[in-house]
Amino acid sequence: MISSALILCAISLDSSGASDVGLANASITAAGNKADLRDKIPLNELGQEISAPPAAISISAEDVAWDAGGAIKISWQPAAGTTSATKWIVERAAGQGAGQGPWTFVAEVPIAETNAVASKLSPDASFFFRVTAVSPNGSSAVTTTKSAATGYWNFFIGAKLPLFCAILLVSACVIYFILAARRGRPMKVRRIAALEAITDAVGRATEMGRSILFVPGIQDMDNIQTVAGLTVLGNVSRTAAEYDAAIEVPTSRSLVMEAAREAVQASYLAAGRADAYNADAIRYITDEQFGFVAYVSGRMVREKPAACFYMGCFFAESLILAETGNSIGAIQIAGTAESSQLPFFVAACDYTLIGEEFMAASAYLSGEPDQIGSLKGQDVAKAIAAIIIIIGIVLATGAAIAPQGAMPAALEWLKGVLGS
Amino acid sequence: MAEGSARIMKRLVPMWIAIIAGFVMLLSAFFPMTESWGETVGDVFNVVAAIAFVLGAGSLAKVNLAKISRRDQGWGYAAITLICFAITLVVGLGKFGVPQSTQFPLLGWSGEKDADGSIFGWIYEYALVPITSTMFALLAFYVASAAFRAFRAKNLEAILLLSTAFIVLLGRTFAGVVLTGWLPDWASGLRLENLSVYIMQVFNTAGNRAIIIGIALGVTATSLRILLGVDRSWMGSGD
Repeated sequence: MISSALILCAISLDSSGASDVGLANASITAAGNKADLRDKIPLNELGQEISAPPAAISISAEDVAWDAGGAIKISWQPAAGTTSATKWIVERAAGQGAGQGPWTFVAEVPIAETNAVASKLSPDASFFFRVTAVSPNGSSAVTTTKSAATGYWNFFIGAKLPLFCAILLVSACVIYFILAARRGRPMKVRRIAALEAITDAVGRATEMGRSILFVPGIQDMDNIQTVAGLTVLGNVSRTAAEYDAAIEVPTSRSLVMEAAREAVQASYLAAGRADAYNADAIRYITDEQFGFVAYVSGRMVREKPAACFYMGCFFAESLILAETGNSIGAIQIAGTAESSQLPFFVAACDYTLIGEEFMAASAYLSGEPDQIGSLKGQDVAKAIAAIIIIIGIVLATGAAIAPQGAMPAALEWLKGVLGS
Repeated sequence: MAEGSARIMKRLVPMWIAIIAGFVMLLSAFFPMTESWGETVGDVFNVVAAIAFVLGAGSLAKVNLAKISRRDQGWGYAAITLICFAITLVVGLGKFGVPQSTQFPLLGWSGEKDADGSIFGWIYEYALVPITSTMFALLAFYVASAAFRAFRAKNLEAILLLSTAFIVLLGRTFAGVVLTGWLPDWASGLRLENLSVYIMQVFNTAGNRAIIIGIALGVTATSLRILLGVDRSWMGSGD
């Protein structure tokens, strides 16, 4: 009788979800005496008993459409009225267990939100989900899905559709202009000073009787910047072979060393100087970032190369290398697509290929119409991007001036299309 | 005949491997059914890179041994390099001092090579990390010397750069807050800390995004040139 009174008291303190609280405490009532119950029901600063938060009324789970099958969206309906709960805890259990567990943590969600996405699940596997409201006073009863939900494989990942369309558009522009170049359409490319300076730098090294240092970044062959760096290496080494200048290529990846050797050897062959090719000049140092920097910096100080090229993917070592090269008076040409490292190269090098210039280097140096055409296609894609940006600026400005008009809706639509 | 087969092996085979692997990676990013293909290509790359490491180690040993045998200047450092390389390799492969894995207690050598108590882990923790940290710390001095050169007021652009850098740097210190804290609320936008945020969020972000868009387009075009076999210079020759 006393126990029942306590339960009713606890329920009365909470204006909502009374039945859930009653159920949650029912086991406590059955389990022990008054003293036990007082230990389990929390009290506020006035010594009044406080109930645990109300449980969610219902919960459902459904497959996330157009994904790789590894995600299920869970939605629940909270109990009406105010609650002292601060967050929801979402858990899952394999479908074979008929919702009996074992339960695995999925997500912790702020109390104001009523859905969560369980990701990285095995495709085509079924799961039960349950949600619990948690407050400083305790946890609510659990609310479990009635049936197991399954995340199915889909043919295409819908969230990536804008990116897919953008790639198709850029590719179409590039291919169109490659074909146009093949048909003989003249293509004009602006002069890139850094690439024009390659011959001067190699010539200077030859005149001074010193070597050329080429660093193709610190990443492996699966990085497009390394590949772009090696295409420039082919051109630099060919010029070096023609001028009879020594070139040295320290690498931080074994695979890059092998690819660089192929590139340099082919250049020496093309220049008719196969006998001058020295495979040991292209050497592996270490994968360790700062170990590599220590070697290259030390080598620069000791050997004092007349020209230093940094072409590839660089991180913190960019400034150490470029400043060391600057201190020995070498002519320095850098190229990278790491935007965070560009300021360092700009500050310390004579010439810097900024982002897309670096990517265009291979096409520029080859002079082949096919490759020059691809640059033209890239420019058209850039113009399309600029138009979209201008439209976005106009819509955002209009939405700020007239929040009730059609502009905000148009802006939201554009954001949705662009996947932001 | 031999020249033809060499051309096939050194030019056509790598080119087609790159083209097929590139398209598989591209498709696996959008079509779930090809996701495992992309993972397979990634695994193949890792295996090839691991095999290539032997070539790298061979190159390292060859170059340093040659330096020692010729008694070149600084040959002692080459000897230290090789000794350290050998020690690290032996204790790493031999898993010296590695405790047995609790997950696979019956299997020999089942512990992680860099687990607590292992010699390899000790070398990493107490030799490599301090040495690399020292190199990284040098960056502070290089930043100072590069900034000194970059911020010299030689022309109008350099003066603008210097002024902007001055505002941003000062705005991120307590001195900046104190210096312009007296400005009234209606002019709070001119306080150094607010100007600093404005410059970084508006001018810097706009310029940075322009560069990033250019890079993204450049990467797409470069990838396409390689995937279509238009650019073969990464193999050393366009022939």
